Amino acid sequence: MSENSHREIFTIGIGGAAGEGAKYTGTNIGTLLRDSGLQVYLSLDYPSLIRGGHNFIRISCSKEKVWNDYAKLDVLVCLNEETKEIHKNELKEGAWVLSGLNNEEILNKIKEFLSTKGLVDFTSGSIAPKGELVDGNTAFAKGLQTAGLDFYISYPMTPATSILHYLAEKQTRDGLKVVQPENEISVINMALGVSYVGKRVAIGTATGGFALMQEAFSFSGIAELPLAIAVVQRQAPATGVPTRSSQSDLRFVIHAGHGEFPRIVIAPGDSEESFKAGAEALNLAWKFKIPVIVLLDKILSEHMMTSNFDKNISVEKNKDIIFPGTPGRVVKVTSYEHDEGGLTIDTASDVKMAMDKRFAKGEEIKKEMLKRETVKVYGDTSSENAIVFFGSTKSPILEASKHFEKSVKLVQIVWLEPFDIEKVKRELEGKKIICVEANYNGQLASLIRERTGIEVAHKILRYDSLPFDPEELANQINSILK
Amino acid sequence: MSELNLSTKAKITWCPGCPNSQILVAVKQAVTELVETGFFKIEDLTAFAGIGCHGKISDYININSFTSLHGRLVPAMIGAKCANPALTVIGFSGDGDSYSEGLEHLVYAAKVNADITLFVHNNRLFALTTGQANAVSPKGFKSKSTPFGSIEEPLNPLLLMLASGATFVARTFAGDIAGTKKIMQDAIKHKGFAFVDIVQPCITFFDTRDHFNSRAYWIDENLPKNDLKLAMEKVSENIEEKVPLGIFYQVEKPTFEGELHK
Ligand SMILES: Cc1ncc(C[n+]2csc(CCOP(=O)(O)OP(=O)(O)O)c2C)c(N)n1
Ligand code: SF4
Repeated sequence: MSENSHREIFTIGIGGAAGEGAKYTGTNIGTLLRDSGLQVYLSLDYPSLIRGGHNFIRISCSKEKVWNDYAKLDVLVCLNEETKEIHKNELKEGAWVLSGLNNEEILNKIKEFLSTKGLVDFTSGSIAPKGELVDGNTAFAKGLQTAGLDFYISYPMTPATSILHYLAEKQTRDGLKVVQPENEISVINMALGVSYVGKRVAIGTATGGFALMQEAFSFSGIAELPLAIAVVQRQAPATGVPTRSSQSDLRFVIHAGHGEFPRIVIAPGDSEESFKAGAEALNLAWKFKIPVIVLLDKILSEHMMTSNFDKNISVEKNKDIIFPGTPGRVVKVTSYEHDEGGLTIDTASDVKMAMDKRFAKGEEIKKEMLKRETVKVYGDTSSENAIVFFGSTKSPILEASKHFEKSVKLVQIVWLEPFDIEKVKRELEGKKIICVEANYNGQLASLIRERTGIEVAHKILRYDSLPFDPEELANQINSILK
Repeated sequence: MSELNLSTKAKITWCPGCPNSQILVAVKQAVTELVETGFFKIEDLTAFAGIGCHGKISDYININSFTSLHGRLVPAMIGAKCANPALTVIGFSGDGDSYSEGLEHLVYAAKVNADITLFVHNNRLFALTTGQANAVSPKGFKSKSTPFGSIEEPLNPLLLMLASGATFVARTFAGDIAGTKKIMQDAIKHKGFAFVDIVQPCITFFDTRDHFNSRAYWIDENLPKNDLKLAMEKVSENIEEKVPLGIFYQVEKPTFEGELHK
């Protein structure tokens, strides 16, 4: 482990009982660090089942990019007595423990800490922030807005709810509208009604809510109604552990909906990618008249990171779609198999033609993939070792890579469906591969094998609902590559 | 203005003599008159449909249409109306469609008073799936799924709609084309959630034509329409004995999309 780079990163923990403002104090500290020109990663843990409801915010910061927070603490801010007890074993030697202070006193102490460690020189005039401190859900919502969102429809379910809260605040008289209907089945059917009359609409839910939407998801496929969907994973099955994370719904979403029809599934790995995915989801849904899913998870949705959003995103319209209200045109859509005019059909040759027409879009989507970041590569691209992953595990893996003892190529699968077989093959063929994912079955590893024939030699799986820790992960990877 | 052609090339597959055809005639007349009197332009009308024999109607009428999933037309109607309030949004549902499968949407639409109009072709059973009892079948009703007679009391959808906040509640009988056409027009013109239960015998699986012909009657048009208690009393009449038809209740309230865009 390279102690050097490690020492440049400092970690602050803030703990308190639910309602004592750990999140408030934590985001205040995060903002202070960001305003001080530091790179910041802020994580949130609020296990709802522990007595007293202990909330814990952890922030790692550095002058360099920080991809993930660390377990060991340089500062512990205690908003109650219990916090000291719970986290005493996580303190580094010489760690500062702050308790009994008010908000302002806490922020002053943090400033003092930053100066003492030589991280920030508060005497040197103006400091430029390195970006916005933003969580994945907010970033996703901003991406939707950038691509011309007209309607957001959602029924609350953790960890998707903050998208609803954020966009509800952004409503204007003549602009964005947000609706919270009676249940998720209504959400998606309402959205299809919006899409039918020509407004750009997105919906968002946790995977449990998306499970309720399956029939209408399939309807959007056959009726070719554009729809952007955020599906946020949490620890499942069923109600599971509502405030904790997992990546166990990869297989479910790529196969979602009965019957066969083209769809796109994008899995961003951090806030910047969430922003881009939100915008791409709307644009691609309209371009191809298909449903597009953005697969998030609790960690990505709630953890905050200094981010800079892509400035080149615009509203991509589709002038070929006609809507009700067009003089001389009758616009018919239906959940039945249908002809070009929207009338029901059932003769075998007509059915085949309709299926072929929809799947012809698959070819167009393939061309589009050449222009999009379907797969991203980091680290030593010529290494014979490769780590492959999707979604929020990007954070701990990129952070862990600072501590790798061998050269490693890092391969992030961003588009889960369609799967970019050629690119993935190019990056992984002949490598010693480790797949890291937060589920029991190794869903990404099995998908890679299914689509490319490439066997993943090693799997690091976590399914206890907690995030990967970068140091622990680095140790595991180092011992596999020894 | 060019002549309205409301027919499509689709072949009608309802059973010969099915009262759905009478409902289709009534809609075409109602729409034609509303276009001719300038109430709306034909391109600004959208018809939603559920899944069941009733839902085939969207294939048979040459206007904008959205054939939804079984029981799910109502949220789609609300979405369309919110997204483009200039459209007139009407829907054709079935009793299985909206009183069984999609009941929660019906209650919500009434509660929020979305400015949409719903016609429910009520034949008191699931017809397209070849005849099973549903939420409004009479107690004791024998069907393929209830060979010993239904053990359930039927739901009273009109009473439910009044209790849920619908601002227009009416019932008509498919066999009375002129009466149905008139009620359809009144419902479409109503600003707010308009609910119309259309008694529609299924001649193949539950032929109630005689039952309703002898029991249906039009209520006095001069009764006050804004009296909820009176309306509840009227719609509570036991339809096994007497079947009142007409507009039971009509009041003005702010609409959902009106509030949304305020
Ligand atoms: C989700 C779902 N469940 C069941 C069905 C099968 N199904 C098709 S039509 C129908 C009943 C229709 O009854 P109703 O709405 O009364 O229409 P009718 O045929 O009587 O006009 C059912 C159960 C379906 N299409 N979708
Ligand atoms: S089964 Fe009944 S409702 Fe369906 S078309 Fe035949 S008569 Fe009409």
